[in-house]
Amino acid sequence: MSGRRLDSGGRIDRDRPISFTFNGKSLTGYAGDTLASALLANGVSIVGRSFKYHRPRGVLAAGAEEPNAIVQLFEGDRTVPNPKATQVELVEGLVASSVNCWPSVDYDIGAINGLVSKALPAGFYYKTFMWPRTKWESYEKIIRAAAGLGKVPDQPDPDYYEKVNAHTDVLVVGSGPAGLAAALSASRAGARVLLVDESSEFGGSLLGSTELINEQPAATWIEAAVAELASNPDVQMLDRTTAFGYYDHNFLNLAQRVTDHLDTDSAGSLPRERLWRVRAAQVVIATGALERPLVFGNNDRPGVMLASAVSTYVNRYGVSPGSEIVVFTNNDSAYRVALDLNAAGVSVKALVDSRARGAGAPVDEIKAAGIDLITSSVVSSVRGARGVKAVDVHALTDDGTVSGSARRIDCDVVAMSGGWSPVVHLHAQSGGRPRYDDVSASFVPGVAVQSQICAGACNGDFLLHECLSEGAAAGVRAAAASGYDASSSVEAEARVATNTETALEPLWLVPAPKEPGRGPKQFLDYQNDTTAADIRLAVREGFRSIEHVKRYTLLGFGTDQGKLGNINGMAIAAKALGQTIEETGTTTFRPAYTPVTFGTWAGRGVGEFFDPVRKTPMHPWHEERGAEFEDVGQWKRPWFYPEDGEDMHAAVARECLATRNAIGVVDASTLGKIDVRGRDAGAFLDRIYTNMFSSLKPGHCRYGLMLHEDGMVMDDGVSARIADDHYYMTTTTGGAAHVLGWMEQWLQTEWPEMEVYLTSVTDQWATISLSGPKARALCEELSEDIDYGDDAFPFMTFRQGRVAGAPARVFRISFSGERSYEINVPANYGLAVWQHILDAGEKYGITPYGTETMHVLRAEKGFIIVGQDTDGSVTPIDLGMNWVVSKKKDFLGKRSLFRSDTVREDRKQLVGLLTEHDHEVLPEGAQLVEVPSKVTPVPMVGHVTSSYFSPSLNRSIALALVKDGRRMKGESVFAPLIDGRLMKATIVDSVFYDPKGDRQNV
Amino acid sequence: MFIIDCPWCGERDQSEFSYGGEAHIVRPVEPEALSDNEWADYLFMRKNTKGRYLEQWVHSAGCRRWFNAVRDNVTYEISATYKPGDSAPAAEHAEGTS
Repeated sequence: MSGRRLDSGGRIDRDRPISFTFNGKSLTGYAGDTLASALLANGVSIVGRSFKYHRPRGVLAAGAEEPNAIVQLFEGDRTVPNPKATQVELVEGLVASSVNCWPSVDYDIGAINGLVSKALPAGFYYKTFMWPRTKWESYEKIIRAAAGLGKVPDQPDPDYYEKVNAHTDVLVVGSGPAGLAAALSASRAGARVLLVDESSEFGGSLLGSTELINEQPAATWIEAAVAELASNPDVQMLDRTTAFGYYDHNFLNLAQRVTDHLDTDSAGSLPRERLWRVRAAQVVIATGALERPLVFGNNDRPGVMLASAVSTYVNRYGVSPGSEIVVFTNNDSAYRVALDLNAAGVSVKALVDSRARGAGAPVDEIKAAGIDLITSSVVSSVRGARGVKAVDVHALTDDGTVSGSARRIDCDVVAMSGGWSPVVHLHAQSGGRPRYDDVSASFVPGVAVQSQICAGACNGDFLLHECLSEGAAAGVRAAAASGYDASSSVEAEARVATNTETALEPLWLVPAPKEPGRGPKQFLDYQNDTTAADIRLAVREGFRSIEHVKRYTLLGFGTDQGKLGNINGMAIAAKALGQTIEETGTTTFRPAYTPVTFGTWAGRGVGEFFDPVRKTPMHPWHEERGAEFEDVGQWKRPWFYPEDGEDMHAAVARECLATRNAIGVVDASTLGKIDVRGRDAGAFLDRIYTNMFSSLKPGHCRYGLMLHEDGMVMDDGVSARIADDHYYMTTTTGGAAHVLGWMEQWLQTEWPEMEVYLTSVTDQWATISLSGPKARALCEELSEDIDYGDDAFPFMTFRQGRVAGAPARVFRISFSGERSYEINVPANYGLAVWQHILDAGEKYGITPYGTETMHVLRAEKGFIIVGQDTDGSVTPIDLGMNWVVSKKKDFLGKRSLFRSDTVREDRKQLVGLLTEHDHEVLPEGAQLVEVPSKVTPVPMVGHVTSSYFSPSLNRSIALALVKDGRRMKGESVFAPLIDGRLMKATIVDSVFYDPKGDRQNV
Repeated sequence: MFIIDCPWCGERDQSEFSYGGEAHIVRPVEPEALSDNEWADYLFMRKNTKGRYLEQWVHSAGCRRWFNAVRDNVTYEISATYKPGDSAPAAEHAEGTS
């Protein structure tokens, strides 16, 4: 095979040469070339290696279906793994290389797999690497290294990508004859039209065709059509745009490649790619059809190509893939190819037709052109190891087999056509079920389940006049269905030769002198090296479902997703199973039609735009103070405030002791806050919380627990009654949105008669929590209108007044066990009040602390954190919190606390753990066992939920959920750690510090 | 991605909504009068029928109101939406192709 540029012809611009590099070699092509056409023009025949046997492979197709010519495109941070050379537009300085070969595509060591292929049958990996099972991990590393195609970039993506939302009346996918005709007629009826095509030019198959429309070359008709559409302000046309996914309610996703074909200057500040999210009233699917390979021996040799691809290279790109061509077909379409090649001055050595009678009308033209027409015959195999050197042609016997000696015809290209497979992908993705059509021997769209019309070759109607008329009709129908008066719409007038065709005769597996597996390999899936013999083997081994056959043989698993060979494989499987192709069915067509880059999916949602960041009003102070931050949901919370090179351990110890001995301050603004108002607010909260809130007096606070209806703890927090009809609820930082939604759902769907209004006020209040024996003294300095005396302002009450001059609600509640005042001020005052408090508190030794110290302080007191000490399988009873569960009233989840499972006495219960050695800190999440044993599995009795070193107690403490834990107090459990250590701990009460609660009044 | 007709706001993309499971499940008035099985039936058991299904949705990134929808969980056609408390449209009109 040695391709060459023809002296004339094609849509390339011969005045604009483009230099590029392939596998390190400098080559030249023209503007308008794809990488594939330029490679063929430069005589490059081997462009890649196959996945399993590493056989040399050449360009097979001219579009999205290409299985062989996949490359590593560009270099460095812009490199793209695995695009198809047939879809890569040539740009100046383009660098590409082959994938899946080492050390080079011409001499690939992996080809040894081909020599031992008898040892690598279908399912080889399943059969070989599954035993001994323990060795899988080492096998996997070797397989992973050998597998894989291109390489992902190892640097951050320097480009940006964006997403576009669009609405349209009629989305037309594909701009071949059917798509253009549809866009014309729909737009003439007044509909807003969006026309998209994956190629760099509109025109689809017409771009590589020599057929005439209105007695003119097809290109003239395309130009007029595109000009008319472009002049219509209600029509938008997107080239280089693939409609890759068809989802529910006529929602489609398109990937538009914006800059890869431009030089740096023209690309400017444009995004590299765009994801279009399109909602269309009507969709016209005019995606055409893909030619089908024929399955004969060594049908993968470089030089074996789809017939339509050969004519596309000649007609569109002015490139002949070879100098002596044999055409092999089972249908009429390849006759046109032979005539085109002949007209372009390319030698056609023979046209081999498996049918007895050949085509109808074209036979005379073939004969007139002097082409050797060989009917009732097949190309049974190809000769030549690194490229086509000759073919063996066998005559078919009456029973459809071959016998006798072959006729050998020297050639360097085989142009094959096994018929056409309509591109039914979008129809199938939309929920349609393709049906098998016996006449075209192909799967065609079934009944549409969304608002769509399939037209042209995608419908199994392959002739040009059918495409044009169906397209025009589809455009009219789509416009009418989206509400436009299409009655006066003039259909695209297009006169073409109305050929009739002689029927195709299906040829799924070309007969060969030897059985599949004994002669030269007959490939179905080029990328995965799935052969006809593999399919038969799978069926022999008992696979029945085509989905299983696919997975066992890897048929259609490549980046081309079986666009070419799946139908042949299904037909071969059907025959082996003794059933029809219809019964065998297709595998599932899933998005995406062709691969979509991660960049396109991500769009702008990367880096700082990945997720919103929430900061409290005091955030600048924390930053200035050098706080280390922790992410809590979307919030940035100070984790600890290191001083003078302290590590976390030292900082937390200092913060804890300062709080216990003097005064600590924490920014608690992230707590969820919900304003609950209305006549029935109290009664409503009684149903939401496990305990009573209607009995709470205004001015008082109460800790409350919420359960899901299954009785499991959902959230907790302190709520205050501001007035009879007004509560101020707090929730956990992470649970705020869920709690609000939960309460809204009950109000709206179950208890609409209740007059209650819920408002999120999390962001409206800044919360400063002061804790420690000196907190009262400081607070008294800050307010003139609040009496902080214990009688005037007892524990679990709140007061309204001014703090540091700002209007405030001060709650006397405590999450640390110390005397605490939680000061809430409007958010805009937050930073100023915080600063004021820190200044005023300096003489008391006020110390800001972060979430880590907050956690240690609360764990010392045995206070739970929902989501850390609970996990959705824990009831209040399991936590030992019966005191918060009302017996007097119903509440959400109550009934579930008396189910047979929740009343079990051996449930996991919250307990404290003290390690044998004071300074050993159990890892959170560590599993606990009663008896350490080397014999596995060891029954596990629980796990550690919280674990810290307590500076106040100068020893480690932990909370754990342990089976029947309360009864086991005083007993030992063991934590076998992943590093082999075994920690012993004693089960104790979960309150480690100040169990009587005296510190509250210090 | 569905188009959902919020009874208060009109047609919006599914990305503005959240799903709330089967509709018309009434919370028992006296849970403690129920047997474990009866409570479990309310708590866990859902019809999950193939085809026409009455389900709850909330316009969470819109008006935050709950409503009910008649959705065919095979074809994904949403034939009606209606406010909580309203009764479901009759099946004959809503069933469509299911």
